[in-house]
Amino acid sequence: MPKLTLEELRKLREDTKKEISKRDVSDKSILVLVGMGTCGIAAGARETLQAFVEQIEKKGLTNVVIKPTGCMGFCYVEPTVEIIMPDMPDTLYGKVKAEVVEKIVDEHIIRKQLVSEFIFDKPAVDIVK
Amino acid sequence: MGYRTYVLVCAGTACEASKSQAIYENLNKEVIAAGLEKEIQVVKTGCFGFCEKGPVVKVLPDETFYVNVKPEDATEIVKEHLVKGRNVTRLLYDKNQSKKNAKVEDIEFYQKQFRIVLRNCGLINPEDINEYIARDGYKALEKALFEMKPDDILEELKIAGLRGRGGAGFPTWKKWQITKEVNDSPKYVVCNADEGDPGAYMNRSTIEGDPHSILEAMTICGYTVGANKGYIYIRAEYPLAIKRLDIAISQAKELGLLGKDILGSGFDFDIEVRYGAGAFVCGEETALLASLEGNRGMPKPRPPFPSIKGLWNKPTVINNVETWANIPVILLKGGKWFSQIGTETSKGTKVFALTGKVNNSGLVEVPFGTTLREIIFDIGGGIKGGKKFKAVQTGGPSGGVIPEEYLDTPVDYENLTKLGSIMGSGGMIVMDETDCMVDVSKFYIQFSVDESCGKCSPCRVGGKQLLTILQKISEGKGEMDDLDRLKRIGFAMQKASLCGLGQTAPNPVLSTLKYFEKEYLEHIEEKKCRSSRCVNLLRYEIIPEKCVGCGLCAMKCPVNCISGEKRKPHYIDQEKCIKCGTCYEVCKFGAVLKE
Repeated sequence: MPKLTLEELRKLREDTKKEISKRDVSDKSILVLVGMGTCGIAAGARETLQAFVEQIEKKGLTNVVIKPTGCMGFCYVEPTVEIIMPDMPDTLYGKVKAEVVEKIVDEHIIRKQLVSEFIFDKPAVDIVK
Repeated sequence: MGYRTYVLVCAGTACEASKSQAIYENLNKEVIAAGLEKEIQVVKTGCFGFCEKGPVVKVLPDETFYVNVKPEDATEIVKEHLVKGRNVTRLLYDKNQSKKNAKVEDIEFYQKQFRIVLRNCGLINPEDINEYIARDGYKALEKALFEMKPDDILEELKIAGLRGRGGAGFPTWKKWQITKEVNDSPKYVVCNADEGDPGAYMNRSTIEGDPHSILEAMTICGYTVGANKGYIYIRAEYPLAIKRLDIAISQAKELGLLGKDILGSGFDFDIEVRYGAGAFVCGEETALLASLEGNRGMPKPRPPFPSIKGLWNKPTVINNVETWANIPVILLKGGKWFSQIGTETSKGTKVFALTGKVNNSGLVEVPFGTTLREIIFDIGGGIKGGKKFKAVQTGGPSGGVIPEEYLDTPVDYENLTKLGSIMGSGGMIVMDETDCMVDVSKFYIQFSVDESCGKCSPCRVGGKQLLTILQKISEGKGEMDDLDRLKRIGFAMQKASLCGLGQTAPNPVLSTLKYFEKEYLEHIEEKKCRSSRCVNLLRYEIIPEKCVGCGLCAMKCPVNCISGEKRKPHYIDQEKCIKCGTCYEVCKFGAVLKE
């Protein structure tokens, strides 16, 4: 009787793969940037960031990279999140509380529809660069 | 709940020596203090290859690459980067002074590299089998056991064109096939991890960073040739690599990826680790097997080859660490994919340990066919201190030197042999204008003389004679006939020695004679060493016009050979002078002449 069957090894690989693939950034086309300045953190950006990690994992999306970044200059609508992906304009969402994250993942990333009630403005070009 | 960010800390030997363990502990402490332990994982991982700038820390998925990190930097990395998402600029790798490179892909060191062997090094935690499995680990074994017959595996390796990475470049599939077809049992699988070339450490880093890849490959080989037992022969000087191997083996056994009835296939395979006691000759396969049997490590004449009569006179497949590390990838991606990388005769990639007078020393993996110039100047960042390149030594004490005019040669087995050097295991030592070629060959011959096992006389006596002549030349007592003698002894050793050690030992002498004969002639005819390395040929003199008579040199001279009145030019007694160079270093007026 083998200690580990083929099926068990395959399952183990699938389970661990999700975790490790988050470390690999090549071949990932969707970038989610979460503003993590003092203002963002005070407004709950950490919870937002964590919610993104959970949602992306839950929906089984494998081509998304989530990165914390500095303040984007929209301190009045923190937490701010910018999403950069093919076929969609680069979009900056404001007031993205953890509860809103699922909606943005569903609408923007999966269905490719802007979530207009959370769009505020585009930051100046030099800030984005 | 998953982690959002990973902090990878290099835990290779080089980085551990510069306190990466303390960095790891401090990072963990700070992460917990910041309450981020459920969001951020700190991982110890294998060598990133960029040893020149170690210890290195990489943050993923941000791809931020921090170099020269100190344990006390942990606080800033956590508070600035992990909490606020701002890079700690001062720790980024800074190449052009003005531009800070945050991403790994921006760093020139990594741009020309292609990683097959080192695929997991610096990405996974080598002490956790689950991380290896997640990176398609043991998938090749799965494929081999359930979808392929032994002959299919051989065929795949044949298409791939994989050749032994230990030095000689023998086709791997052929080695396996010979053992498979011998009608004898039991059969053995051996991993040669007795890496002994000065300056070479690619095998150590591979094992430290990705030990399971070796275990998986050996198991596949066992299935292919019909062996149930494997040995890893590793030098005892590699304690970290040994520890990681032990952990890997016990984890694989616990999961049932080693042991009886692997994955329910009915195939049994077990691996044991054996330590080498540090003899260079034990890297030679027949000597290694003798040592593995518990005998004194001395080579045997071949044939019979180990593939037919190896360990305890039974058929044995013996491959180098790097060869093994290629196997799982070839089975998963296919031999055809592998054969597209590299040159006509040499397929795949080669790992080099780039050391010596080069700016970015470290571990480099490039496809065969990359030129020496690309490796040394693009990846290695050129010569240290803006000095002039003189030669590169490949293949350790068995290899030779390659001068500047051949820098554009694409690296593969045949080309290096044509140039009088060898691929060897992959050591690459860069030398600049301050290195003396007589001194370099003296160093390597000294090494080979020390390590000669003494069994056959061409190596035992020949090496000693080469060394004596080289010492004579470097002391300024050389004669013109000596050059001819060096060549004759060298050729005899190449032809008549029993094993690879003796056959290749004269290579450093013969290749320096071939490309730098002028330097030898200068030593013999003019009694001059242009690089000021051979101390006996040096002469220190005081220039009377420049000497102010301060007396500092006389005071510092360890043998009191400098004399003279105060405020009058001093004088060096050449009979007593030991050429230590102290006077030259202490003189504030540039009045000491060194020639």
